[in-house]
Formats: sequence, C-alpha cells, structure tokens
Amino acid sequence: MNFLTDFFGDSSHWSGPDGIPVRLLEHLEFSAAAFVVAALIAVPLGMLIGHTGRGALLVVVAANAARALPTLGLLVLVVLLAGVGTVLPVLIPLIVLAVPPILVNTYEGVRGVDADLRDAAYGMGLRGRQVLFQTLTPVALPLILLGLRLAAIQVVSTATVAAFVGLGGLGRFIIDGLATKTYADVIGGAVLVAALALAVQFAFLLLDRVAVSPGVRQVR
Amino acid sequence: MNQEPLVRWDWIARNWANGGPTAISALLENHVVMAFLPVLFGLVVALPLGLACVRWRWLYQPTAALMNVTYSLPSLVLFSIFLSVTGLTRSTVVIPLTFFALAVLIPAVVDGLASVPDPVRQSAVAMGFRPVRRLLRVELPVAVPVVLAGLRVATVSSISLVSVGALIGQGGLGNLFIDGWQRQFYTPIVVGIVLIVLLAVLADGLLVLAQRLLTPWSRARRTA
Amino acid sequence: MRRIFGVAAVALTAALTLSGCGGSDPLSTTASAAPSASGSGDAAAAKVVVGSFNFPESVLLASIYAQALQAKGVTVEEKPNIGSREVVYDQVKSGGLTVLPEYAGSLLAFVDKSSTARTKDEILSGLKAKLPPELEILEPAAAEDNNSLTVTKATADKYKLTSIEDLAKVAKDFVVGGPPEFKQRQEENFKTVYGLEFKQWKPTGDTTADAIKSGTVQVGNVFTTDPKIVLNDLVPLQDNKNAFGSENVTPLVYKAGVNDTVTSTLNAVSAKLDTETLVGLMKRIAVDKDDPPVVAKDWLTQNGLL
Repeated sequence: MNFLTDFFGDSSHWSGPDGIPVRLLEHLEFSAAAFVVAALIAVPLGMLIGHTGRGALLVVVAANAARALPTLGLLVLVVLLAGVGTVLPVLIPLIVLAVPPILVNTYEGVRGVDADLRDAAYGMGLRGRQVLFQTLTPVALPLILLGLRLAAIQVVSTATVAAFVGLGGLGRFIIDGLATKTYADVIGGAVLVAALALAVQFAFLLLDRVAVSPGVRQVR
Repeated sequence: MNQEPLVRWDWIARNWANGGPTAISALLENHVVMAFLPVLFGLVVALPLGLACVRWRWLYQPTAALMNVTYSLPSLVLFSIFLSVTGLTRSTVVIPLTFFALAVLIPAVVDGLASVPDPVRQSAVAMGFRPVRRLLRVELPVAVPVVLAGLRVATVSSISLVSVGALIGQGGLGNLFIDGWQRQFYTPIVVGIVLIVLLAVLADGLLVLAQRLLTPWSRARRTA
Repeated sequence: MRRIFGVAAVALTAALTLSGCGGSDPLSTTASAAPSASGSGDAAAAKVVVGSFNFPESVLLASIYAQALQAKGVTVEEKPNIGSREVVYDQVKSGGLTVLPEYAGSLLAFVDKSSTARTKDEILSGLKAKLPPELEILEPAAAEDNNSLTVTKATADKYKLTSIEDLAKVAKDFVVGGPPEFKQRQEENFKTVYGLEFKQWKPTGDTTADAIKSGTVQVGNVFTTDPKIVLNDLVPLQDNKNAFGSENVTPLVYKAGVNDTVTSTLNAVSAKLDTETLVGLMKRIAVDKDDPPVVAKDWLTQNGLL
C-alpha cells in the first residue's frame, strides 16, 4: 500500500515529460493506433472468410501461429531493422498480436450464424453483400465485439514492452522502476496499466450493450 | 553500418550446443519447461476450481473477475513482483504464467461443463449414474472440446510469454532477443522467434491430436 | 474414462520426464553456494556461481572468469544476463552468486551513496571499508569501462566541447540519454562536481549511441569500451574533475564460497586485463558478432591462463 501512496502521492509524478499524464497518453496513442489498424485488417477479412467460407483453414492456422509470435522478439527485430526513435516499428508487433483474436472471433461469429437465418435472408431476396451486412453481421456482433475486446486488452497490456526499446508509455515506469529497484514505480505502473485495461473492458461491455440488437441478445 | 545478414547460419551451428547456459538447446529446454509446467499446474488447479464454480454458481462471478484482472496485467509486472519472492529462478516465471493459464482454463472448464446438453445429463441420471461417475464418464468427456480449446490457447500463450522473462534473465529462448538487441545482431532474434513459433505449432498439433483421441465420437464430423 | 486416464497418464509422464530433463528441481530456490571452509585447503571446493549484468561486456567478463576457473578444476555454473546492479547485488550478498565482475567506482557508489572517493586508491579502500562482511573484492584489473558524457563530433565542434566542464556551460539546453539508472545515480553528482544540469533526462538504454547519432538526445552516457564510439565518430568528453571516478574491473566475491584457488586464478586474470584489451574484445563481440565464450577462450589461451 505504501508503494501506491508513494507513487501516486508524489506530485512530481503528475507533471513534466515523465509524468503520469504524458506516459498515459503515449500508451493510449500506440495502443489505439495498433488496435485500429488491426481491426481494419481483421474485421473485414474475418467477415469475408466467414461469409464465403473460402480460405478458412489457412487463415485460422495462420492466426494460431501468429498468436505464438513473441512480442518482445518481434519488437526488437523490427526496431533493429527499421531504426530507433520512431514509434512506427513498435506498432507492428502490437498489430500482429491484435489481429488473431479479432480475426478468429469475427470469422467464428459470421460462420456460426444459424443456417436457417442465412437461408431466410436469401429467401427474402437479399443478395450476397446485403446478407452479410444486414443479417450475418448484426447476429455475429457479440462475437466480433468479443474479439475486439480481447485484442484491445492484450494490446494495452503488452504495449508496456515498448519501453524496452527506449520509447514511452506506462511501461517506462515498470522498466525503469525495475532497473533502479524503485518498486513504487513498478507497482504504480502496473496499477495504471490494469486500470486502463479494465477501463477498455468496461468501454467494450458498454458498446456491446448499445450496439448489439436486443433480439440477438435474447437468443444468447 | 556494415551489411549484417538476417541470419548467420554458422552462428546457429556454433551455438546450438556449446555446453554453456547460453546454448540454443539449453535455452530451448528451459523454455519448454517454463512453458509446460504452468499449463500443467493450471489444468490441475482449474479442473477442481471450475467444478466448484459450476456446483456453486455464486463462486463464478468473483473468480471470473479475478481472472480478468490477472489477465490484463502485463506479464513483466508479475515477473518482477515474484522476483523478490522466488529470486532468479524459473519459478519466478512459472508461477505468474500459471495464473495466466488459470485465467484461460477456469472459464474453459466452466464453459465446457456448461456446454453439456441437458438431455445428455438427464439421461445419465436416468441411467442411474451417481454424480462422480456422471462427471467422469459423461460430463467431462463431452466438455473436452471446449476445455481443449482453452488448453490450446493457454499453451500457445504460455510459450510466447515465457520470452518476456528475458527481462529478468529467465526468458528461455527469449534471452536470445536480449543478446541480439544489445549487439544489433539479427540472427539470435530470428532463431528465437522461429523456434518459439515451431514449438507452439507443435504443441498445438499435439493437443489437436489429443482431442481426436479423446473424442472418437466426433470423428464423423469435421473438426475445426 | 479409460481413454482420458490413458492420455492423462501419458501427459503426466511426459511432463515429469521433461522436467527431469531440466536437471535441477524447477521449483528450487536459488542455489546458494554451500559455504566451504574458506581460506585453508582447496580440496572439493563447492560449486562457484559466476553471474553477470545484462550487457555483453559483463557476459564476456563472466565467461573469462568462469573458463579460467574451470581450467583450474573448479566446478562453475554461469548465470549470465541477470539484470542491473540493483537486482544482482542482493544475489551476491546472499550467496546465490559467488563471483561477479564488478566496476569498482560504481560498486562503491552503490554501497555507500555518500562516498566522495574519486581516485582508484580512494575507491578501493572505500570498498574495503564499506562492503558487508560476507563480501570482498579481489585485485582490480587495469581495465576500465567508465561512464561518459558523449556527443557527436558535430556537437563538439559547434560548442567547442572537449571536457565535461565545457559542457556545463551549455547543458541546460541539452537532453541527455542513458540507461534507466543514469539519472538516479548521477544527477546529484553532476550538480556537485560540475554545476551541471540538463534540460531533460531520457532513458535511452541500449540505444543511447544511436540516439546521440540521430539527435534524439544531444549528449549521452556511452560506456568507454563501446565500439560504437569509434564506429560512429562520437566524442566522449574529458572527465577533468573526475566525476565518474575510476571503474576498474574487479571481481566481487562471496567470501564463504571461494577458496585460494579461486582467488589466485581471478587475480591472475585481472593482472593481464587492460583497457585496450577490453576494447578489442568488445569490438569482436559487438561488431564482428563473435560469441563471448569464444572471444573469452581465445584471450585466455593467448595469455596462458587456460
């Protein structure tokens, strides 16, 4: 408990380029950037594969393999190849981390829609893309949002490693704290990351409440 | 800077088994142990805990909440907390990773048991199965696909996360990343990444095989 | 059910076998060197654990010590790349590590934060006085790897910088880079010795030399044996007022874990190790990408220590 009061109580921690607000913002920036890019890649791809059924096996296997890619290793490799100093190379490992859960859940969501519903949609005269967007996606939405939520939490949590290659973010408190044995910083940083992850979780649950149609929710 | 090739094969050959603790084979072995044990311990703990959550529904909410919080903590943080408890040993990595495995496995066990269709359970009761026998002979086998799906995720995550332990000197193959980073040397990093992915693919494959063996009735259907 | 038990049994056996392969008990706590009768006799000395910090030079030095000891028949376990001093020191103090290649000045500053020792002799006697009774340092080597404040040649020319004293005049507009511990260790020191204050401290860690080169920071702490200094035409400023003290490479040992053989072997190594040698060895490791154990072995062989 002392650690928390030491860390959050120290007024110097709240201002300046090393302060909590700055680090928090940096952290949010790269997490959000990586997440958005990953979503832009994985959601359409997942919907496409779920809808057409083609390439499913390959994609699922690739997603599983991508889940295994060690973030620290990718981070270090990309930064060495691309050069130090910019934030861009850090985004790549985070995107690789975020794509699999979004992709797999989106695909499962679209594919898992009851065949009867799909038939009914076609029966009503809807064409391919209309079926996808007007029928399949709304029903698949809970799973799609689940994938997005999981990915967002993982990205926020893992973005802490960016500090290892000299960048900012909340990981700075943790890595510097470790190096100087200032455990107050380590715990403080951890609490901030956990709080951020919980906030993200909460935001998505809220989104789920709002975006998922009541009809779909009842069936679950 | 001089042109450093992406992979120096001679480095790999020399360092595969040079007898020291930094040999690739030694790191690989360490990595396997540190990845495998948490999943094993996780399963052993998740089974009874998951069962308890199913039996006493009120347990599930707090347990799930706790798992949620644990999972959102960066692995590095948990490793550093345990550093002061278990020192510079593999336990400092194994224990936190066990918590991560639990965060995946407990929901998997609960969902797996919940996925047993009521008619199946009811017919088991009708046939005179007592609770324990019902569990072992009917409910758990039917729960296997869901539990195994969780096991696969837990295993792959575990294998990947062990590498973060390199930041406290216990990263298995992850140690290769630190060396490569410090010397601006690509080869160890590439070797580390490739071996970790291969390890994960192998483990995943073995688990899929295990699933096929454990659920012979599903062979008629195409398994995902 | 039989099938489940079968698979579980196979899995369990596999797990036990694999952990058995690991050699040591995975849940054992740090192997503490069993205190052997120190001083007299070196029959059946207990295992010596040589640790290192988390950078290549330390790994090299640990490998040099370890191989030299092994050549004299000592059983050695190496634990390379552990972490920074703040983490490693406790391990030596508790006996979890027996030998650690240290840097005299930094070690003293760590053990006694109020120390004002600057010269090599002051530092060594300071250490002898301030180290806890379980620990001691052996003979220091001539080799030094010191901290520095380094700038690009362009910066040095522009502001006419040759020494840190010169830097003090312009430092308040400069951003300084270095390892995470740099600010904590040196901020006060710079102020006291040079009246030096920086605009901002950035933790650039292993990327410090690159950060200086690219201009992310105007000045940074690049260690004096780092080949990147020469490769990138960087200029380490002269420490004319000796703020960084001296940093001779010195073995720090856990007394109860070492015997005469260990001590004399390490002293023999230190006698032959000078700064020029160290720079050359580091170039092989960082630039030529040679393996530290091989580089260590070559050097030991050349000097008749193997």
